[in-house]
Amino acid sequence: MSANTHSTVLKHHFGDLEQQHASERLGMWMFLATEVLFFGGLFGAYACYRLWYAAEFEYASSFMNLKFASINTVFLVTSSLTMTLAIRCAKLGDKAGLYRNLLLTFALGSAFMVLKGFEYAEDFHEHILPGTSSFGGEIKHDAEAQGLDTGKVRLFLCFYYIMTGIHGVHIIIGLGCILWLVQQTYANKIPPENYSTVEVVSLYWHLVDAIWLFLMPMLYLAGAHIHHVAH
Amino acid sequence: MTTAVTSITPKIAPPPPEPAPAEPNYLNVNYSLWGWLTTVDHKRIGILYLISITVFFLAGGIAAGIVRLNLLSPDGAIINEDAYNRAFTAHGVLMLFFFLIPAVPAVLGNFLIPMMIGAKDLAFPKLNLASWYVFMVGAAFGVYAILNGGIDTGWTLYPPYSSRSSQSNVVPGVFGVFISGFSSIMTGLNIMVTVHKMRAPGMTWGRLPLFVWSLYATSLIQLLGTPVVAITTVLLMVERVAGIGIFDPLIGGDPVLFQHLFWFYSHPAVYIMILPGMGVVSEVLTCFSRKNIFGYQAVAWSSMGIAVVGFMLWAHHMFVAGISYYSALLFSFLSMLVAVPSAIKVFNWTGTLYKGSITFQAPMLFALGFVVLFVIGGLTGLFLATLGTDIHLHDTYFVVAHFHFVMVGGMVLGYMAGIHFWWPKMTGRMYSDWWSRVAAAIIIVGFFLTFVPQFMMGYHGMPRRYPNYPQEFQVYNVMSTAGASILGLGYLLPACYLTLSLFFGKKATGNPWSATGLEWQSPSPPPLFNFDEAHMPVVVCGPYEYSLGIDQMGRGLPEGPGLGTPNDPSDKHGESSAPGPMKKETEVVG
Ligand code: HEM
Ligand SMILES: [Cu+2]
Repeated sequence: MSANTHSTVLKHHFGDLEQQHASERLGMWMFLATEVLFFGGLFGAYACYRLWYAAEFEYASSFMNLKFASINTVFLVTSSLTMTLAIRCAKLGDKAGLYRNLLLTFALGSAFMVLKGFEYAEDFHEHILPGTSSFGGEIKHDAEAQGLDTGKVRLFLCFYYIMTGIHGVHIIIGLGCILWLVQQTYANKIPPENYSTVEVVSLYWHLVDAIWLFLMPMLYLAGAHIHHVAH
Repeated sequence: MTTAVTSITPKIAPPPPEPAPAEPNYLNVNYSLWGWLTTVDHKRIGILYLISITVFFLAGGIAAGIVRLNLLSPDGAIINEDAYNRAFTAHGVLMLFFFLIPAVPAVLGNFLIPMMIGAKDLAFPKLNLASWYVFMVGAAFGVYAILNGGIDTGWTLYPPYSSRSSQSNVVPGVFGVFISGFSSIMTGLNIMVTVHKMRAPGMTWGRLPLFVWSLYATSLIQLLGTPVVAITTVLLMVERVAGIGIFDPLIGGDPVLFQHLFWFYSHPAVYIMILPGMGVVSEVLTCFSRKNIFGYQAVAWSSMGIAVVGFMLWAHHMFVAGISYYSALLFSFLSMLVAVPSAIKVFNWTGTLYKGSITFQAPMLFALGFVVLFVIGGLTGLFLATLGTDIHLHDTYFVVAHFHFVMVGGMVLGYMAGIHFWWPKMTGRMYSDWWSRVAAAIIIVGFFLTFVPQFMMGYHGMPRRYPNYPQEFQVYNVMSTAGASILGLGYLLPACYLTLSLFFGKKATGNPWSATGLEWQSPSPPPLFNFDEAHMPVVVCGPYEYSLGIDQMGRGLPEGPGLGTPNDPSDKHGESSAPGPMKKETEVVG
């Protein structure tokens, strides 16, 4: 470590880089704890209603697009891998590799969002929407035919939009952070001794992935055993 | 715990030299408005918070005044029922979310935590500045909602009223609460990381000032509780805007679920509103009784105990909301349990005072007031935590009196004690000793007169949040309103003499109270990075070695309150003013 890199990456109020990195890492872990509780409240509420209104929730879940969700799962899990490889490149000082892996992660995350966008468009088109007037189409018709409480079907949809929406916002923030890392790499701000910047972003990115791994069964697999003629 | 002083440390070393008057400090460097609004200095951000929450305290106080005035007559003296609902909601929302929660953590915590542990700043200075902006944006929404017609749901925002029936500004108000919650998380996270990673050499966990411990525990609650209320408010807004039955039973939701989620945050949040005050009290009591804290470990760990157990008893707010008998039993038991660490603190404070050389400057008066009023508030909490009595007392003025004893009698006095204790450090000025003692006395007397009658009328059945009441309660209400006027006057006094002290107060020395903490070992007001950068502090002993007469760096203390032998020559120049029995002259302001 030259004194020169020190002065560019070491912030004034820290004694040394080790302290700075440890603080950044700890800060991110604590932020993740906050995130877990944030989604935890949502998961808790979902769990109550899923138990009480199992039939409606499973029914509504069966209208979710499992194909899109599965592809998206692959995207996100792979992006976690590329993110981790990016840390390794940063640590080894492999700048080209760092670029490559960051951009790959960015691409996979963006692909997730694009596919999610298509999925929303499809839902919208089929009136799989929670609002009183927007709710309609097959999902409403069949529910009424089967004697299910449409209010509770809409409740599921409400959770679906809130959960995937908030998760999507997290992905977009993550994509922003990754772009920022690319810029930092370009500006030579991520020398090997400062690799922990990449690590901190990766922690966040992994959490967002992990949350998806909970959303996937809760929203898409709950009703996977129900088959519709139209689907 | 008493930490032994390392043998190399001389018992009485020369005190730190006083700085020359024109020394650059955090206030006089780059003091343009722009310099303040873009500052990342934790001390300045603390001051920004101080100014903003003082405004909200005033606004919340005005709302309280309207409520109290209206209650002078059994049929509502000045406003109609609808306006009354809006007034008490405005009072609750402003006081809780925009004053009491940020009060000590964001003002004193921001200012003092880095100094107390010997760091140059908090771990994330930019995040710290961001937290203030986020807070102000949240507050802007809240104030907009209140001024533009108001909110009439009460601060608890219970659906289905808040989501279906209320015709008021619920969504912007709730959105303001949602946003300001993030500032609370940011402050908490910053403080926790700072305490973990930025301590000076020798500042072990066992040598941390108890104020730091209490804010650490507070931050834990902010970090883990606030996100839950954030998501709850999101669900509430969605229900209100989209008409989906998450909480409204008419369209399939469950209102009790809201109460669970809300209190999962809001009960721990009451400890956000008391733990920091407890921390201040531990600092002040030791300094003004010139003694080590009695049972350091017990006081430190009881803060953590409160934080952890505090997460497990939220449903004691819901005993009559239809929760099951067995869960009510459990929550009742756990509520009793949380009183234990609180009691431990009180016993230890009492033990600290025992045979101390006590002097009664304003910070001490406020701190003693805290202890007494907190005991009453805590004990009445036990009445409410008891299942049988709560059925009678729930939603009466008894509850109102209970939480005002802990929050106003406890935390606001703790905040006052802290502001008075550290004012010389923050501003470099001494305030009027006489006026500050008078203010403390007026506040405590006014407080009793306001809230003791509320216990009585609540016990006799006066419900809270009602604008009308039977004739028989009028005498209590008039007493309470009279007390509130005295209390209001009491709060205006510090606003006056503290402001005047900025212009006319005598210059404070680095350590006017002759206290032991690291924050006192740097000049008042401190330089930009808190300490002389060539000589960052090294800690050699525990935080309260008053009996040895040394600070945490092992150096001798200057003459201070209650100390007979002057060992600090600089004190003789009339620059400093450490009021105590030895120095009878009082400050004259203005
Ligand atoms: C000794 C520990 C305490 C116990 C056992 C306790 C117990 C209780 C109980 C059982 C209630 C619900 C009463 C009802 O609604 O029927 C209550 C209400 C309340 N307590 Fe405490 N409490 C304690 C300490 C505190 C502290 C330290 C604070 C704040 C600094 C506080 C603030 C409040 C507030 C704000 C409410 C009313 C909330 C509302 O309905 O608006 N309490 N307390
Ligand atoms: Cu409570």
